[in-house]
Amino acid sequence: MIDLRGITKSYSTGSQTLQVLKGVDLAVGSGELVAIMGSSGSGKSTLLNILGLLDAYDGGTYKLDGKLVANLSERRAAEMRRELLGFVFQSFNLINFKTAAENVALPLYYQKVPRKERTVRSHALLERVGLLDWADHLPSQMSGGQKQRVAIARALAANPRVILADEPTGALDSKTSEDVMSLLKELNGEGMTMVVVTHESDIAAACQRTIRLRDGVVESGGYV
Amino acid sequence: MRWWERDPWLELAQVYLRNPFRTFLSSLGVGWGLFMILITVGASNGLEEGVKSDMGNRVKNSAFLWTQRTTMPYKGYPKGRYFNLNTADVTFLEENATSLEAVAPRNQLGGWRGGNNVTHGLKTAACGVYGDVPVYKDIDPIVMTEGRYINQRDLDERRKVAVIGKRARQLLFDRDEEAVGSHIQIQGVTFTVAGVYRSQQTGEDAEESENNIFTPYTTFNHAFHMGDEVGWLSLLIREDVHGDTAMAEVLRLLKAQKSIHPDDDRAFGNWSMAEMHEEMSTVFGAFRWVSFVFGGLALFAGVIGIMNIMLITIKERTQELGVRRALGATPAVIVIQIMVETLTLTVFAGLIGGVLGVFALEALDTYLAASESNGIFRHPHVTLDVLVTALTTMTLLGAFAGILPALRALRVQPVEALRS
Repeated sequence: MIDLRGITKSYSTGSQTLQVLKGVDLAVGSGELVAIMGSSGSGKSTLLNILGLLDAYDGGTYKLDGKLVANLSERRAAEMRRELLGFVFQSFNLINFKTAAENVALPLYYQKVPRKERTVRSHALLERVGLLDWADHLPSQMSGGQKQRVAIARALAANPRVILADEPTGALDSKTSEDVMSLLKELNGEGMTMVVVTHESDIAAACQRTIRLRDGVVESGGYV
Repeated sequence: MRWWERDPWLELAQVYLRNPFRTFLSSLGVGWGLFMILITVGASNGLEEGVKSDMGNRVKNSAFLWTQRTTMPYKGYPKGRYFNLNTADVTFLEENATSLEAVAPRNQLGGWRGGNNVTHGLKTAACGVYGDVPVYKDIDPIVMTEGRYINQRDLDERRKVAVIGKRARQLLFDRDEEAVGSHIQIQGVTFTVAGVYRSQQTGEDAEESENNIFTPYTTFNHAFHMGDEVGWLSLLIREDVHGDTAMAEVLRLLKAQKSIHPDDDRAFGNWSMAEMHEEMSTVFGAFRWVSFVFGGLALFAGVIGIMNIMLITIKERTQELGVRRALGATPAVIVIQIMVETLTLTVFAGLIGGVLGVFALEALDTYLAASESNGIFRHPHVTLDVLVTALTTMTLLGAFAGILPALRALRVQPVEALRS
């Protein structure tokens, strides 16, 4: 599903160039639940941005769902994101003036799904994450765990091939973290490919495989 | 954006209502700008209407012509010669000037600040006394309130009749005294009052013109020993001829007739209503433009205000915009969203200002009409084209104001937005 070969990425800050990724090789198969671990500065956020088509890479090849991802226009990247990828963020990133149902329906809106169908599907997804009663609530009226479950429902809305989760439990207490992880595992059990970036070892332990990143290269677990 | 759908508009409402007070404040400038345009343009229209109506109903295609001194020697005559028009010149013009509808000779006695010259019984008055022909009523229309105006038979038979103004009647007659048929003495000559009129002018002008007395031209010249002399000419120019062309023709004819050098432009004095109207229209046109430009500047300032607030909201909404991008909004979608947000806010604010402006003018108009004041300001209004121009300007400015925030929104990198 995901295939990275020799990915490099550097940022230039003024006169200095910082080599963040120095040739990353890894593969994630369809239906896998994989954790990416690494200390801060190891390049895992950069890697996630590249995986999520939110950032371009400098060298190497990246194949997503069998398609080579290179030199994407902003527009094409946006199209691929909404067709292939679902995102779950540490800080939930719900739109705070929209209700839970509207947040979940947003990717469908960008896919030009008709309104009625959007409503039906967003409610079904909220039911799937156990929050149907909260459909008309604003994010500010919900707990962290609830917000993250809404965010997961939103990530599922577009029927993606892969869900990318960036520290999905980073802002949650351990009890809700477990709930969220079990929800992610449930979804994985239904066949969804998942990549979870984390620095918590118990979260990584809940995944099938852990890819360890260190100083811009894969230290271990790059391949099955 | 699929504008026919409900969602984009719902979303707009959500965005605006998130901070209603700020939305209100930022739209205030544009609303105020449009309001100002309408009020100032409306007011200058009102002023124009007031000033023009103050000139009375004197028809637009009228002109006046009188003799001065020659300034060039010609055909053996020295310069500096005084000369007069006479009845023969009137007939000559009537027969030869193709651009004229009518020629009315006039003579005058007394007038403004003159001594008392008219009596009725024991009452005396200082009136302007004119010798006139019936056609003059077509040039400076008056309204007969009693009796009749001068007619051709009065002239032919040199009848001693007089048409007096409302004010002259007040001065010479008791309120319930019958004026028509009574006798008055004008410089010792007895005339019978044939009619009373009122002016269509307003204010002081009306008062002055209602103090006048009109007598048949022939009677006047005979009674006051003017021979066939003509004081000045009132001309009615044909509707399809421009005032300047007509005046040029008349001057050419008269110069030849009176042996005056063809280039001696100062031998005759003239004044044309059309020219006056044109000048006034130019002045008020300029006035309107100035109003429009200043209102436009106010509008521009308002639009800059909206642009500013949009830039601030973009900053605030970095995370939201990043999420939208991550969820698959293409750059075009983001640009259109921000442009539409700016434009809608501008147009909405402008429409409110415009509606208020129209209502304010309408209210002022109603008030002025009800107060029946004959001031120099009347019927303030805006024409549809002003309204359309103002709205178009506003829309274009709104679109312009959206460009910068939209570009700023595009520069929001999803990565950075989601890091926070």
